Amino acid sequence: MTDTGLPASVEAIRRVREDPHRLGHRAHGSAEPAAGTGQGATGPADKRILVGYGFWIYLLSDIIIFSCFFAAFAVQRAATAGGPTIADIVDVQRVGFETAALLLSSYTCMLSFAATNARNRLWTLIFLFLTGLLGLIFVLLELWEFVELADRGFTPQRSAMLTSFYGLVGLHGLHVTLGGVWLATMMAQVFIKGFRREIIHRLICFNLFWHALDIVWIGIFTIVYLMGVH
Amino acid sequence: MSTSDTDTDVYDNRQNLRDDHAPGDEPPEESGHWVLNANLGLGFSIILTAASFLLATSNIVYGPAIPVALIVLAIAQMGVHLVFFLHITTGPDNTNNVLALAFGILVVVLIVLGSIWIMDHLKQNMMPMDQLMNMQP
Repeated sequence: MTDTGLPASVEAIRRVREDPHRLGHRAHGSAEPAAGTGQGATGPADKRILVGYGFWIYLLSDIIIFSCFFAAFAVQRAATAGGPTIADIVDVQRVGFETAALLLSSYTCMLSFAATNARNRLWTLIFLFLTGLLGLIFVLLELWEFVELADRGFTPQRSAMLTSFYGLVGLHGLHVTLGGVWLATMMAQVFIKGFRREIIHRLICFNLFWHALDIVWIGIFTIVYLMGVH
Repeated sequence: MSTSDTDTDVYDNRQNLRDDHAPGDEPPEESGHWVLNANLGLGFSIILTAASFLLATSNIVYGPAIPVALIVLAIAQMGVHLVFFLHITTGPDNTNNVLALAFGILVVVLIVLGSIWIMDHLKQNMMPMDQLMNMQP
């Protein structure tokens, strides 16, 4: 699909010379700045890059919000006020299933983007649907956990530890839920409008969002659950 | 590949597509590249996650070392996600993203470690709770 106007062999030789290990960048100082990256006299960066960068800034700010909740949990981890400790409320098996669901949804999300790049509408929709299904399984498992804990009387107002626990895990669950709503609207847009430029930009942003949520979950299952059970 | 009229490649007139991509977005490579990337990311993630759960639920590793081992595994897995799923690269178009990421990590470290540090000192310097209670009239 790379249309550089050069014969394929010339293009291949240029690639091997400038990027022998396919690292995605040129050797230092071997050539003029790449077009469309906003470097040198090559003009402003491409819209795709600006969109990705802008959304990346949003994601980092979101991760900083999560870090505040992580800090609150870390500080109040021992503040159980005579109630249950974190080890009492962790169900490792359920957390394992939740992790598997979210990790697989990241995988299918990535595959949907591969299908998007191949401009294949059917497989994009199929993989987006699978992503949403796995996300739904994750949210339901988490709700089940919350309901079970509340049944045993372990509600957020029981202790400072439980407050920060529900805050952190619930905030992530809320993100996954809203991400699922976004995913549904993206499926409708792909179905109706197809792969227009702006739809592809939105799919790029959605992919970034979903993978960032998985990164936050890595922090949660490590710091809250696995370090708690031990 | 179903390519209707509306699905035409909007980047046809672009040059040097390999040099022009942001996180989560790469030029239209052959789809094998994408699937390989996804498979590698999933493979590494499964290994690291399984290792985390195994360490936490068994006593293969010396007990007090487990939290540190878990944190190391988590950081490794976040790196795998950043590289294989979010596509943070060393390319020229990614410089801004990498800088923003570095600043984000700085802020996160300041917030989390700073909170733990300050609150721990506060706790150490606080009067024990029973004495505090006795001061009430």
